[in-house]
Amino acid sequence: MMEPTNTSDPNFYHRVVDCQWSCPAHTNVPEYLRLIGQGRYQDAYMENRSSNVFPGILGRTCDRPCEPACRRVRVDGNPVAICRLKRVAADLSGDLSERLPKSNPNKNGFKIACIGAGPASLTVANDLLPLGYEVTIFEATSKSGGLMRTNIPSFRLPESVLNFEIDAILNMGAEIRFDFPVTSLSALLNQKFDAVFVGSGAPKGKDLQLPGRNESTERIHIGIEWLQSVAFGHIDSVGERVLVIGVGNTAMDCCRTARRLGGEEVTVIARRPRQFFKASPWELDDAEEEGVDILVNYSPTEFIVKQGKLAGMRFDVLKWNDDATKSEKIDSVVIDCDDVILAIGQENAFEWIERDIGLQFNADGMPVVDPFTMESTLSGVFFGGDAAWGPKNIIWSVAHGHEAAISIHNRCQKVSLSQRPLAGMSLSSQKMGISEWSYNNDYNPSDRQKMVHVEMTRRFENLSLEVELGFTPEQTAVEVQRCLNCDIQTVFRADLCIECDACIDICPVKCLTIAEGLEDEIELRKSLTLPALNMDQPLYISAPLPQTGRIMIQDENICVHCGLCAERCPTAAWDMQKFTLQLGYAGDTRGQ
Amino acid sequence: MPSIIKPSIPLIPLAKNDLGLTIRNYEGSMSTLCAGCGHDSITAAIIRSFFEMSLPPERIAKISGIGCSSKTPTYFVSGAHGFNSVHGRMPSIATGANAANRSSIYIGISGDGDSLSIGAGQLVHAIRRNVDMVYLIENNGVYGLTKGQFSATADVGSRAKKGKANKVTPIDPALLAISLGASFVARSFSGDKEQLVPILKAAISHRGFALIDVISPCVQFNNHNGSTKSYSYVREHELKDIETSYVGEFSEITADLTQGNLTSVTLHDGSEVVFRSLPAGYDSHSRESAIAYINGAVARNEIPTGLLFIDEQAPDMHQVLETTSEALVDLSYESLCPGGGQLEKFNQSFK
Repeated sequence: MMEPTNTSDPNFYHRVVDCQWSCPAHTNVPEYLRLIGQGRYQDAYMENRSSNVFPGILGRTCDRPCEPACRRVRVDGNPVAICRLKRVAADLSGDLSERLPKSNPNKNGFKIACIGAGPASLTVANDLLPLGYEVTIFEATSKSGGLMRTNIPSFRLPESVLNFEIDAILNMGAEIRFDFPVTSLSALLNQKFDAVFVGSGAPKGKDLQLPGRNESTERIHIGIEWLQSVAFGHIDSVGERVLVIGVGNTAMDCCRTARRLGGEEVTVIARRPRQFFKASPWELDDAEEEGVDILVNYSPTEFIVKQGKLAGMRFDVLKWNDDATKSEKIDSVVIDCDDVILAIGQENAFEWIERDIGLQFNADGMPVVDPFTMESTLSGVFFGGDAAWGPKNIIWSVAHGHEAAISIHNRCQKVSLSQRPLAGMSLSSQKMGISEWSYNNDYNPSDRQKMVHVEMTRRFENLSLEVELGFTPEQTAVEVQRCLNCDIQTVFRADLCIECDACIDICPVKCLTIAEGLEDEIELRKSLTLPALNMDQPLYISAPLPQTGRIMIQDENICVHCGLCAERCPTAAWDMQKFTLQLGYAGDTRGQ
Repeated sequence: MPSIIKPSIPLIPLAKNDLGLTIRNYEGSMSTLCAGCGHDSITAAIIRSFFEMSLPPERIAKISGIGCSSKTPTYFVSGAHGFNSVHGRMPSIATGANAANRSSIYIGISGDGDSLSIGAGQLVHAIRRNVDMVYLIENNGVYGLTKGQFSATADVGSRAKKGKANKVTPIDPALLAISLGASFVARSFSGDKEQLVPILKAAISHRGFALIDVISPCVQFNNHNGSTKSYSYVREHELKDIETSYVGEFSEITADLTQGNLTSVTLHDGSEVVFRSLPAGYDSHSRESAIAYINGAVARNEIPTGLLFIDEQAPDMHQVLETTSEALVDLSYESLCPGGGQLEKFNQSFK
């Protein structure tokens, strides 16, 4: 017989909440969506901020790993618009000054250096300042925010939103030194910091060495450097015909920025077919909406330079096999252009870290970093964000920052780095009466709400005009109701069950079965009321039931958490209970 | 009743039957019975049987009287015909409907009160006529709708919720039906769909009156210690010597059914009931055998379940009355009412 599920492990119920489980920072999504639904925007903002630190920024720019994971995808094909609902909470949060964390006026005497003023370092500062640490941030440029400012155009992320959320941290008393590129880690280590956090990102854009590259340089740009120059006001125009090489999210930001700086014919060039693009589908849609053409199966071979001036680019036209692993050249074409922007990836740059100070690098030139503690092989030096394992996205930087802050705190408090604060959980019944719940348990069949954009006639008026208008109150009201409240868990007590079958009979998705236990999980899955074929979703297996010794089995896969099983249960063996994951942050002492 | 209507979920991978319908197409309104009522489980078994047999909803007629049980036709096959009749009068309505339209599939849902108290006189004559229908008694031993008084099927010694023991001898609907000449008599338990569903399918295929007595615990008024119709009592005392499978008309007979000591009965529509196990010396075609078996079990405080008796050859009401093979509702007006000339001729024949 299969062992009963251990529901006292927070991971079991956590995993049921697909969005929270897949979020690197484990933001409690269903809880803040309900708060938005109740008009409690400030509470929703603070719920977000406790885990992801930058709700307003992420509500516009997050790569949203939560959305592909959302249960709603399995139920009607489209995830809840979690990311843009987060923006609603941020936009409507009002005066937050009373609720933002404050630094501890009683300093604990420990000094921490953060390299780079991007999201990872800012998260470390956010977690450590309230504990009394003194944090100094060294920033190579003249502005804070890292790639959030330099690489994300202001028509996607308004400067005011960026400044507000960064200032919330810096105003706690972080010392920030602008225009201060760290050129020697060993020199910094001599300054007697108690810990150093490296959050310097992956700041080097990849170049494309092809014939002609060195003959003309001024109209061939490296994508992230070009975006940074635009963000800092050093570049304010571009030629009419622009080619963007590469088809990731940076390429999308480049082509859309080019459209605003005078680019009339902006073309994105992809080597492979569309299904292999790296850019998020919604970023591709937004670029195409703005009249950007995307050419597929073009491989660049040469920059064409005439009289010392860039005139165009030559491409091989490729034919790919089905899984795009093999190609053959079928043609060669030249496309005329005024500018080329290269957005083919970015790299780390650690030339400022001496190789003889005990900090090991691997064969790829990346530092060796412990994935749990974020510590490098040099004790007291921690890495996070893109500096740790190469380019990811903002939400990963935040997650790394939280873990690094825990490690730094442990180090200073002389606690082993491996002793992390334990994740805890609470479960509380949501029953308000007979067939009455504290949450809206009905299934809302509405389609995912569409984000409305600024009309095309005004779109390019200025670089900073935010394209997305945000959800209307009506859209918000509908979209929050699409959430299936996965955190309101179906909690079962085997000892109360009288095996009347009421829950099985009422279940709208046939996810419950009472059966003889089977040894083999695959066989068991096939034999259920509705076969449980999604192996990514674990089964719940109860202890033997009192009357017959059979077991209750639940397949979470498309359970819509409607609570009908609990309503039809005569003995309250089923109950709907709200699961709250208590995440550990620096300063928490659970389990230590 | 539930706070919401059971939602429809777009991407649920439900199987389809031969008509292209899913099991959800055989559901009805949300039940307003108490949570955990055995009747809801029987409803689910009926839904499953109709779905798996691919019966067209519009060919089904569901008929009931009054009581908790008689509410349940609302909860299955919304697309079927329905008649919620007077207390205890369901058998007459079903008989009349069947007389007029023999092409429908009739399922009567009744309870121990509706069938064995106020409707006892009706039930016995429907049995005698061998009306072609499924007659399902949702038997919980109490009047649930009036808060738990003993009904005519309460066992002697069974205790009411407040402790008082019943002293009046019960009617056993299975014994009653067998002694009156019923052609299909079975007993089952709402908490055992693996047994109930094949019995239901066989009853639907059977031509003639098929009585199924289903013990269906009243979770509110008769599910306590001392009750002989509680979930736990029935599970402890259920006697499952008789084990049957139902093999549909077009189903392949699987290998394990062709092996061992199995006996099968072919029903008139070509489907089969296979007896996988029977008590020693038991003859499911013998009324004496069935009556002796039931009486023996009852004396040992056991509840015998399964397909207790079958006579697949017994002529049903239409055969006895020699009616037309075509349903009366389908006959033309001229055939049904041949005119004054014919009436005159007919009357002359008596002179």
